[in-house]
Amino acid sequence: MLELKNISFNVNEDGKDKEIIRDISLKIEDDRLVVITGPNGGGKSTLAKIIAGIEKPDRGSIILNGEDITELSITERANKGIGFAFQQPVRFKGIQVFDLIKLATGTDITMTDACNYLSAVGLCARDYIDREVNSSLSGGELKRIEIATVLAKGSNLSIFDEPEAGIDLWSFQNLIEVFQGIRRRIRTGSVIIISHQERILDIADEIVVIKNGKVGAHGPKDEILPTLNGTTDAMKECRMSGSYKGDETC
Amino acid sequence: MLNMDEIQKRLISEVADLHKVPEGAYNIRSNGQSVGRQSTENITITPREDGKGLTITIKAGTKNESVHIPVVISQTGIKEVVYNDFYIGEDADVTIVAGCGIDNCGSQDSQHDGIHTFHVGKNASVKYVEKHYGSGNGAGKRILNPVTEVFQEEGSHVEMEMVQIKGVDDTNRTTNAKLAENASLIVRERLMTHDDQKAYSTYLVNLDGEGASADVVSRSVARDTSYQKFDAKLVGNAPCKGHTECDSIIMDSGRILAVPALEANDTDAALVHEAAIGKIAGDQIIKLMTLGLTEQEAEEQIINGFLK
Repeated sequence: MLELKNISFNVNEDGKDKEIIRDISLKIEDDRLVVITGPNGGGKSTLAKIIAGIEKPDRGSIILNGEDITELSITERANKGIGFAFQQPVRFKGIQVFDLIKLATGTDITMTDACNYLSAVGLCARDYIDREVNSSLSGGELKRIEIATVLAKGSNLSIFDEPEAGIDLWSFQNLIEVFQGIRRRIRTGSVIIISHQERILDIADEIVVIKNGKVGAHGPKDEILPTLNGTTDAMKECRMSGSYKGDETC
Repeated sequence: MLNMDEIQKRLISEVADLHKVPEGAYNIRSNGQSVGRQSTENITITPREDGKGLTITIKAGTKNESVHIPVVISQTGIKEVVYNDFYIGEDADVTIVAGCGIDNCGSQDSQHDGIHTFHVGKNASVKYVEKHYGSGNGAGKRILNPVTEVFQEEGSHVEMEMVQIKGVDDTNRTTNAKLAENASLIVRERLMTHDDQKAYSTYLVNLDGEGASADVVSRSVARDTSYQKFDAKLVGNAPCKGHTECDSIIMDSGRILAVPALEANDTDAALVHEAAIGKIAGDQIIKLMTLGLTEQEAEEQIINGFLK
């Protein structure tokens, strides 16, 4: 279980402190898929980075399975079971897709094992396994490889920061299936997805709305989702895909 | 195996990936002397008349054969200049593996200057691999100053892989090439310097014939207080294509000077250069740390990949 206690985070803009996260407290129970949503600039990605250790909070504490991990490094948190998929995946000259997946597993995996992770994110494995993770890959391809690295790492708490960004509509359905698969497998851990997408919100157990650096709402999907209809980008997506039926289902 | 001690055998495996006597033609030079030599039906290796190197002649039409000419130095204070001339016949397709390993545990400098000249016949294809390696913790320096001269006839293809990853204190590498009609040259250089090493790498490629092409790419890493200078000049004297690229990572107090240069003497010469120098991107390290690597392990993986 992950518990955030009174987390605050400031940035310095033009010589003035700006509060990005304002005294957020939140509990993410095990065996849950939690989607964090809310307006752009509301602090969602910053909160995800604070959990992964990429940003340090100014105040508050982070408790993972009863242990205070606030002062732990990114590496230490990764080794405690936190996985993080970047919104904008990083490119590496020379490092091949296979190398990255192998590093993620931390073991000497075979080509077949690596290919399974790529297939899981809808990539034809043999076309990608030898490719360099460099600018020859499209944004959508990189995004799926990024998700594959988090799957390969096998974390207890996996955080995906806007996984749908940069992925085309056709691939998007695969992505939903990937997350449904992850949902089925989690038992002792949990998954956090930062997303605006209604179809991702729809597979959540719980939804957290972050607005102006604060928790605007937190509860079961069935309770929160109806309050969001028509307010998120998700609805535009439904209309674009032609599956919008004029009610809250998509 | 040849009569060599463990240090010499280790150096041979580092520079030529050889763990036993190679197949095909070879000459192994150790501490200033040839300790093993073999010619084949198609490839003849003979000492030069002045005794300062070898003449390697590859018959026209020779296919899928290889020549290994590694050099190892394990005695301190050896300084040698060796001239090796390669004559590659028309339509031949061969791999040439050179390379030099120096282990210097003594106080005097050890130095090997290999001057290699390649005469590549019409439509011949050559893959040339040259690895340099240094080890030993003596105060004497390990110095390698290779000079490579390449003369490519019509339609020939040369691919050069130059690697120097560890242990060479000073290197001053010069590569000159002249390409006739439709000849092509690909160079892939990988270089890492550490401590207070210095490496100079200079290329001058003349694209003399119509349809000639060259692609010279260097990837390098300068660590600690080391210094590198990459100086690559492509000269287009005919309708031709040329590309040169230097991509470098600097760490610690390392320094790199990249000087790509182009000279077009024909309006249909299409020449491009690129150069980029920078430290390892912070988000690359963070990504690998989120996979459980320490900052140091992440750096090593990024460099290994970059130089692979």
